[in-house]
Amino acid sequence: MGNEPLLRFRLDRHSGLPVYRQLVDQVRQALRLGILHPGDQLPSVRDVVEQVAINPNTVHRAYRELEHQGLVEGQAGRGTFVRRSLPGLTKQHDALQRRLTAWLASAHAAGLDDEAIEAMVARAKESAEREERS
Amino acid sequence: MTAALQAEGLGRRYRTKWGLRDCDLTVPEGSVTGLVGPNGAGKTTLLRMAAGLSRPTEGTVSIFGEPVRPNGTAHLQRVGYLDQLRPLYKGFRVGEMLAVGSHLNTKWDDASARKWLDELDIPLDARVRNLSGGQQAQVALAVCMAKQPDLLLLDEPVASLDPLARTRLLQALMGLVAERGTTVLLSSHIISELEPVCDYLIILSSSRVQLAAKTDDLLAEHRLLVGPASEAVPSEAQVIATTRTPRQTTLLVRGSLPAPGPGWQHLQPSLDEVVVAYLSNPDAQSVEEVAPANSSDGAP
Repeated sequence: MGNEPLLRFRLDRHSGLPVYRQLVDQVRQALRLGILHPGDQLPSVRDVVEQVAINPNTVHRAYRELEHQGLVEGQAGRGTFVRRSLPGLTKQHDALQRRLTAWLASAHAAGLDDEAIEAMVARAKESAEREERS
Repeated sequence: MTAALQAEGLGRRYRTKWGLRDCDLTVPEGSVTGLVGPNGAGKTTLLRMAAGLSRPTEGTVSIFGEPVRPNGTAHLQRVGYLDQLRPLYKGFRVGEMLAVGSHLNTKWDDASARKWLDELDIPLDARVRNLSGGQQAQVALAVCMAKQPDLLLLDEPVASLDPLARTRLLQALMGLVAERGTTVLLSSHIISELEPVCDYLIILSSSRVQLAAKTDDLLAEHRLLVGPASEAVPSEAQVIATTRTPRQTTLLVRGSLPAPGPGWQHLQPSLDEVVVAYLSNPDAQSVEEVAPANSSDGAP
C-alpha cells in the first residue's frame, strides 16, 4: 500500500473497445509478458483514475472481470492482487518467433501488405482450428 | 439508493421564453452524470436552480431528498457549484481565496486544496488575475472541492482549457470521486471527454430532457447500419437518424436486430455519433427509468 503503482494504463479513445475492456486486456498482456507476477498488487482505483481520468466504477468493473477470470483477487481494505499468471513467451518459443519473422519477410517479398497478411493469418487460424477439432 | 438530485416538473421562464420546461430527471447518488445539449438548451438554468441560485417558475428540485429553497442555506453545505464564468475575486491572491473559503464554510479541507494547487505549480501568493484561464479554473475547482460537498455541480468545467489542463482537471475530479464517493453532475459540449468519466448521460434539447441513460447502455443499444440505398430499412429497427446519399443509406438504430439483412453492415457508433443523432432529431426521445448506479454491473 502506498507504493508506486506497478502498471501504467493507457486509453485508446478511438479503438472502439469499451474502456473497462482495455484495462482488462492491458493487465492480461502484462501477465503474459511477465511484467506482473502472482502476489503483485494492481494499481489502486484511485491511482488508475488519477492516471487516465476515467470513472472509478470502470476500474471496479475491470478488476471484477479479472477476478471472474481467476487472475486476480480483491482483498477487502488492502487492494487487488495477482493470483496467477498467464502463459507467456519463453526461450522455447524463440525458434517459432524466428520462423514467423522469416515467413513475414517472404510474404512482404511476395507483395503482400499488412492487411493481406492479416487476412491470411485469420484464414490459417480457422483451418488450423478445424483440423484440431477433427 | 437515494437520488442526489431529483427534478420534478421543473421549469424556469425568463419573461416570455422558457429556459427549461417539464424537466423530470434523477441523478443517482455516487454517479458521475454528464449533461449535454446545444447552447440554450437549459443546462445552466438547471444547474443554477439545483444550486439554489435561481427560483423555479414551476416544479421542484431536491438535493438528497430535501427540496431546494432559493436563498435557503440548508443545502449549501452539501452542494458545490462551479459557474462557467469561474467567479473568483480577481484581485485576491490564491492563498487569500482559500482563506475566504475556509471562513465561509463549516467543512473545509485546506490541506488537500494546498497540496493540489502545489502539484499544479500554482503559487499561493499569485494574484488570481495574473493566472492563466486554465489555472483560474483549477483554483475555482480547488475551492469547490475543499468544501467537501456531497454533490458537485460543474458548468462547463473543461471548456476553454488546453488538453493538459483538461486532463489534469478530470484526473483530480475522478480522484475525488474515488476517494469520497462524491456525486458529480457536469455539463459539457465535448462528448468524447465525457465518455470515460460519466456513468450517466442526460441530453437536454429545446428546454426538455430528450434522453437519459447509462453511458454503457447507450453504446450497447445503438448500432450504425450502412447499406446500399436500394436496401429496405429493416422493419423491426427503431431508427433514430437517417442519412442518405444516392447510393448509400446510413441508419442509427436502437435496440437489437434479430436478423440483420445481408446488405447491411453493422458498426458500433461512437458516443458522439449517438448523441448527435438524437440532437439532430428532436422527436426521437428516450428517457429510461434511471436505475441505481450499481444495478446492472454491481459496482459499489
